[in-house]
Amino acid sequence: MIKLKTALTTVALAGSIAAVSTPAMARDTINIVGSSTVYPFATVVAERFGRNTDFPTPKLESTGSGGGLKLFCEGVGTQHPDITNASRRMKISEFENCQANGVKEITEVRIGADGIVMANSSEGEKIDLSLKHVFLALAKDVPNPDGGNELVANPYQNWSEIDSSLPDMEISVMGPPPTSGTRDAFVELAMEGGCKQFEMIAAMEDANEDKFKSVCHSIREDGPFVEAGENDNLIVQRLVQDPETLGIFGYSFLMENRGQIQAATIDGVEPTPESISGDEYPVARSLWFYIKKAHVGVVPGIQEYVAEFTSEGTWGDNGYLVDVGLIPLPREQRMATAKRVKDLEPMTGQEL
Amino acid sequence: MTDQRSQAEIVRQSLKRRYRKERRFRLYGILAIFIALASLFILFADIIGKGHTGFVKTTITLDVPLNSDAMYLDDPTDKDQISMADFSAPIIAALQTHFPEAEGGSARRELARMVGSYAPSEVRRLLEKNPELLNTTQTMEFLAHDTVSVYVKHADNPSYSIRLSERQQGWVDELVEKGVIDTSFNDVLFSRGDSREPGNAGILGAIVGSLLTMLVTLAISFPMGIAAAIYLEEFAPQNRITDFIEVNINNLAAVPSIIFGLLGLAVFIGLFGMPRSVPVVGGLVLALMTLPTIIISSRAAIKSVPPSIREAAEGIGASKMQVVLHHVVPLAMPGMLTGSIIGMAQALGETAPLLLIGMVAFIVDVPDGFFSSATVLPVQIYLWASSSEQGFVELASAGIMVLLAFMISMNALAIWLRKRLERRW
Repeated sequence: MIKLKTALTTVALAGSIAAVSTPAMARDTINIVGSSTVYPFATVVAERFGRNTDFPTPKLESTGSGGGLKLFCEGVGTQHPDITNASRRMKISEFENCQANGVKEITEVRIGADGIVMANSSEGEKIDLSLKHVFLALAKDVPNPDGGNELVANPYQNWSEIDSSLPDMEISVMGPPPTSGTRDAFVELAMEGGCKQFEMIAAMEDANEDKFKSVCHSIREDGPFVEAGENDNLIVQRLVQDPETLGIFGYSFLMENRGQIQAATIDGVEPTPESISGDEYPVARSLWFYIKKAHVGVVPGIQEYVAEFTSEGTWGDNGYLVDVGLIPLPREQRMATAKRVKDLEPMTGQEL
Repeated sequence: MTDQRSQAEIVRQSLKRRYRKERRFRLYGILAIFIALASLFILFADIIGKGHTGFVKTTITLDVPLNSDAMYLDDPTDKDQISMADFSAPIIAALQTHFPEAEGGSARRELARMVGSYAPSEVRRLLEKNPELLNTTQTMEFLAHDTVSVYVKHADNPSYSIRLSERQQGWVDELVEKGVIDTSFNDVLFSRGDSREPGNAGILGAIVGSLLTMLVTLAISFPMGIAAAIYLEEFAPQNRITDFIEVNINNLAAVPSIIFGLLGLAVFIGLFGMPRSVPVVGGLVLALMTLPTIIISSRAAIKSVPPSIREAAEGIGASKMQVVLHHVVPLAMPGMLTGSIIGMAQALGETAPLLLIGMVAFIVDVPDGFFSSATVLPVQIYLWASSSEQGFVELASAGIMVLLAFMISMNALAIWLRKRLERRW
């Protein structure tokens, strides 16, 4: 019986010690939260950083851009994250929230861009699309082509039915499955972008946001859009076999397969690293991260991690992030950003 | 008379129908069991079919010429030189001894992509530790690149080869024939934390994280659950308040686990200011989740101790506390342990509440304490399953096999304890 009693007391004691011991302890691992789009880039940098330095490998949570900025702006102190990644710029309201919670000095880093292209075989016809065309070709429900203010199931089977400027070929598009980040970005940037150009749908955005989202984000399931697996190489093989099919994928993939496939221009802009990082190409977004200056020097390694991220071997034209699919910034911008980051120049709120 | 006969007649006539009914009923039962077993079989076949290659690693053994000129390195003790040196050059040179025809930028790049990205750091570490090895040739074993590994493991399936160029496929085939590329048991899986490269990714970090989390859960929920059960069963008066508590405990057992995650986020992280992603918070949340299970099963175990034992103890003058601690609790212990182990097994497989407290994260270092960032087994499986690299598919299935092994052994322990310790009256 004594044994049982001592066992019970030990377990209880251990439990209470674990529960009570002071939580506001120093932390030696960098905590990073934020966008799932930046996550694949940031994890690669973090792993290399941990391997090649004496600092522990940073911890990364994929919370989404909004969720990350919310956590980041909750305050200063080791229980809050040090860096947050975002696939969009911080909003002014988020900046104010940060300021209100005492997160005064924030350094903004733009790391590059992520673009999505629609491409077909180089042997096929080069296509000039607009966002509106993309929406009409791929949405589940579209505004009635005969006029009127109602949505009908997508009747278009041929590109030339949508617009006479488009070639006379059947709509056949291969794209990523819903689990893919590329699909999310495509739906948000291309589909929604085209969708908003219809007045009746744009009016819906304020009145009924859920309805607006379901109209703009639903891709048709009646055949012309084919879900391909995550294996982009198979998509390319099929595109080459059938020059009338278009594929949707990340820009890095177009680069690797240049010569076999060509990209469609969207709203008249050819996808190039310049047009994507310069925000001219519509289906592209910039990627960012934000550093909490108050944590530099408290949590070891933040500056070194940021230096690794902003070094030429990482985010440069031949850096290892390009292999993962990042579109680097132009060199002057990289240089300017790297310098600002080195000095941890804080945001003023004016730039947003 | 006629009446009776007709009744017997009715019975006889209905007899056949009743037998049929019973046979049908049995058939339904067998069918249900069959469907359950079949789905279990399909699940296992799928997991093992996909996952068995996860327990195999692909290595490349090379004679690496640690040439100081090729690496731009004269003095391995000089930190600046080390950081500027090119440690992939000797690996490429070693591969070029097998393929002298591979010259030029693109061939070199393709050669470099035959080995995993950890390889240059291994060369660096070797030289940092043993500076005297500079300008010698060392035999080193590297992990193959993910694409090579997948290609070698699935040599019979052409859909796995598309990520390698044809030239690389030729090299790999030749190296396999020469025995330079070899497969062996994947010890990396059990000795490292997560990685973005399937070959370097291990499950040890998650196993340790799960262990630490479960320790906290056990340390809190077991004593608390048993104390609550003993009090409610033996000491508490039967009134509205205890009825109310009982209803609430039963209710709590049915609350979706994510609610406990929200509670943990608000209370432990928000109010107490504990760090995110640490086993202590995870353990506390899971302890709250398992508590009702343990209380309910412990109460049932205490109830099943026959009153005659209590009465006998009281009869020879034992106090209430002596009765409980000396007689009732030891006899109820097997039931309590079984309940606790099943509750713990449930907690081990839980991911939803951990999502909210930040334990769903990319963590490379193996956790070394209750306050270091950690993740747990099911979360690791989820993270791998949602990665696009082919190598992670098999790792996810291998992870599921490890998790299942833990679950089965915990449940087996529960059964063994029950068989071993249980007493019948």
